[in-house]
Amino acid sequence: MIAHGQGRSYGDAALNENRHVLLTERVNRLLEFDAADGILRAEAGTTLAEILPVIVPKGWFFPVTPGTKFVSLGGCVAADVHGKNHHHEGSFGDHVLAIELILADGSRVACSPSERKELFWATVGGMGLTGIIGEVTIKLIPIQSAYMIVRNHSADSFEQLYQLLQSPSNDDRYTVAWIDSMASGAQLGRGIAMSGHHAAMEELPANFHRSIKSGRRHSIPFDFPAWGLNSLSISAFNSRYYKKEGGRRYLFLSGYDSYFYPLDAIANWNRMYGKRGFVQYQCVIPDASSFEGIRKLLEALADSRRPSFLAVLKRLGPQGSGLMSFPMAGYTLALDLPIRDKGLFALLNKLDEIVLQHGGRVYLAKDARLSPESFRAMYPSYAEWLKIKNAVDPQNRFSSSLSRRLRIGESA
Amino acid sequence: MSHSVLILGATSAIARATAVAFAKGGAALFLASRDEEELQRIAADIRLRYGVVVNHGLFDAEATDTHVSFFNSVVAAMPNLSGVVLAFGYLGDQQAARDFKVGAKVIACNFTGAASILSHCANHFETLQSGFIIGISSVAGDRGRQSNYVYGAAKGALSLYLQGLRNRLYKSGVRVITIKPGFVDTAMTYGLPGLFLVASPQSIGERIVAALGKSADVVYLPWFWRYIMLIIKNIPEFIFKRMKL
Repeated sequence: MIAHGQGRSYGDAALNENRHVLLTERVNRLLEFDAADGILRAEAGTTLAEILPVIVPKGWFFPVTPGTKFVSLGGCVAADVHGKNHHHEGSFGDHVLAIELILADGSRVACSPSERKELFWATVGGMGLTGIIGEVTIKLIPIQSAYMIVRNHSADSFEQLYQLLQSPSNDDRYTVAWIDSMASGAQLGRGIAMSGHHAAMEELPANFHRSIKSGRRHSIPFDFPAWGLNSLSISAFNSRYYKKEGGRRYLFLSGYDSYFYPLDAIANWNRMYGKRGFVQYQCVIPDASSFEGIRKLLEALADSRRPSFLAVLKRLGPQGSGLMSFPMAGYTLALDLPIRDKGLFALLNKLDEIVLQHGGRVYLAKDARLSPESFRAMYPSYAEWLKIKNAVDPQNRFSSSLSRRLRIGESA
Repeated sequence: MSHSVLILGATSAIARATAVAFAKGGAALFLASRDEEELQRIAADIRLRYGVVVNHGLFDAEATDTHVSFFNSVVAAMPNLSGVVLAFGYLGDQQAARDFKVGAKVIACNFTGAASILSHCANHFETLQSGFIIGISSVAGDRGRQSNYVYGAAKGALSLYLQGLRNRLYKSGVRVITIKPGFVDTAMTYGLPGLFLVASPQSIGERIVAALGKSADVVYLPWFWRYIMLIIKNIPEFIFKRMKL
């Protein structure tokens, strides 16, 4: 059995072929909110989207948020998700005060960084394999407004972009870079570094109201035909985006919704990729070898002539305490790759090799095709994690398609 | 003025959605069911999301001798009680038809329990000369079918009871609305074979509250069930008895 919240993992983390999934969509009650201290306790099926309208008007925000708000709290803990501020604030698990975990024997136990801490740090990033997360208590951050102050810097080469992300003068609480994945040659790795922070009251024009209405949600009503997204259309889009967004060098205001969750504005955006869909590939390369490693990945991608609709580069801070957590100090690259044919998977295996050579790892929450051997090489704390898993779930009752594919639960 | 609403059987998916729809309009709530822990969770959730007053208390539809004191405690907690939503129900299983012990429970919950608590609600609102009673019955009560006629009979009896109550309370200015949902995506129907056009509890909850602002006395949800049931009710018995429904 495996818990299935919103099913927003790109791969098979919340799938369980021929076995049971436990739907948590309706286990979504807010239980306690201390508006003075910013502490929220809610059932694990509650989505960030449901919580935001409750906390933002009271002056609070999530300390860490992924790129979609349609994810459950339980999923955020299980994948130990990160945001654009990992280099400052760490990952989601770093802000979780406590969880309630339902174990294989049916008992409910409280876990926190001080109580049953081994089990807590095996569950943070544990992909749901230690038990069902029942409740999550999280410490929020105070905000003065619902607006973001944003700044863009364009860079016409990878070297420049990398330097932009490294330089403290361009940094902000949130920093992320969009890469034009279709650019090659001298322009390889050109892109835009975007940094932002929650606007303080004095930064806002007086007529700006404290709250923001969400925009209308557009929807993609059907699967696009397979030829809809191709090298040509993606190149054209990327060039336009590069010119338009790269030109916004001045500070500008953005609502938190459009800043953090741009794709949420388009329901079923995945349909753009047509029936065959896409895979997301996200990896991290540690600091020392990150420039070399990421450049090699971009070169391999450019050589393959396979279009990536989206390529995102972010800096990550030090590794947290979650034994199976993805982040480590370095740079993370995320690619959305439409599935055209089996050749894509050969390319991804090649990317795995580059990642391994440079001491990096692939993000399990996004993965659909990593091998058990690569997984073991990328996650050295797996042996330690497995001891804790075996202690609480000796019969391996919690498993998923992902865990069986990677032989998680079997010997290190 | 905002409503103050008692919701009976408040832990069901439709009831929770109805409570939420009332809370969005600023109504104060009294949630009642047999499950104290669930009530606390739902009450906390609605309070935090919508900032309304939410009371809760234990209520067992089958324990009819507790209904007077229960209803008095509701009125004590919410003196300006303006309406009641009866949302409890028990589907039972195929055994209900063969084994009367199971069938008796279906009848005790869906009809006897409902008639008992509604009698106290009706007397209260009749004295006040205002208020509303919304009873959630079922399309299953429109015609007896071999697959669930004990449930259907109990719900059909509830529909008749509500019809009579509506007639009695009309002159007192008390609204009585019968809701007949078709298939809804809830724990009651989860995994049942042969479901089609399944509605979300949220849409049903919103329409139940919206029905207060309209004039219809009997509301099928979603609307097309009125026409599905119209056809089913009009099939001649000599054909109907041969059908596998």
